[in-house]
Amino acid sequence: MSWTALAALSAGAYAFKLVGVVAGDRFADRLAPVTVLLPAALFSALIVAMAMGDGPSLVVDARLIGVAAGVLAVARRAPMVVVVMVAMGVTALVRVVA
Amino acid sequence: MSLLLQPHRRDGLVLAVACGLIGLPYGVLADSAGLTMAQAVALSVFTFAGSSQFAYVSVISGGGNPATAVSGALLLAARNALYGPVVTPVLRGGLFRRAVAAQFLTDETTAMASAQDEPNTAHDAFWFTGLAIMSLWVAGTVAGVLLGASLEDPGAWGLDAAFPAAFVALLVPHVVTRAGKVTALIGAVIALVAVPTTPAGVPILLAALAVGPGMAVAARRRSL
Repeated sequence: MSWTALAALSAGAYAFKLVGVVAGDRFADRLAPVTVLLPAALFSALIVAMAMGDGPSLVVDARLIGVAAGVLAVARRAPMVVVVMVAMGVTALVRVVA
Repeated sequence: MSLLLQPHRRDGLVLAVACGLIGLPYGVLADSAGLTMAQAVALSVFTFAGSSQFAYVSVISGGGNPATAVSGALLLAARNALYGPVVTPVLRGGLFRRAVAAQFLTDETTAMASAQDEPNTAHDAFWFTGLAIMSLWVAGTVAGVLLGASLEDPGAWGLDAAFPAAFVALLVPHVVTRAGKVTALIGAVIALVAVPTTPAGVPILLAALAVGPGMAVAARRRSL
């Protein structure tokens, strides 16, 4: 296993991060209307990908049931630690039962 | 200890613990893919992007070539470029500190920073979450490499549901406005369509397009 690939990956990953920070600093005013909405777009997509993605397909499994339980906890304004525990607990429970 | 009890630090710590736990299977996979301890840890420190690291070691352990593995992993890392402009308003200090802060850009730090109302809290949320995640992610990596295949599959603990559930909580402050709701809804629909049809990482990038309709809604509200 060579270090070259690891260095390329780390350099590339950092380059993306740095480009974002530089762009954010330079064009803060112009980007403001976009960046105020960007988290809503990216995080809702991330939730879908993390809750249902399984490689290149979408699946409905114990994980999604657990996340749904987590959503209920969020709706009841539970703190994040409770939200996460509920989601994990329900997922694990469904896996044991199923 | 009382500092730890501030809600944003408590939430950051919850995310960091989850990252530490997910570091275990990453370490196991890195070890089985033939990475040394130093290499597995170097990726966790210098790449510091969980989904990219998982993608990389998965391809390598499946016998794929490093170039394919790197390009697939970088596609997943590309979304961090979109997180920069979200986080820069809360960053402080000069060029060097901002360049260091860039390394700590992740889904979690961006979500934690952007979920806070108050600039000081947002700044603290970014750094506290970033440093806590870095520490526990590296610790999880080391433990995973050392313990290897003797570890139980964390899927059995429901850990895979922890992150999407945490992000639902972190999404809430962004969907207070009508424009935010519309943006989030379209972002989710884009992901549903794109996950099965595009390479990993691309769905999140495409979801950024949902900002367009969201801005239109915001503009119409203003003009009324």
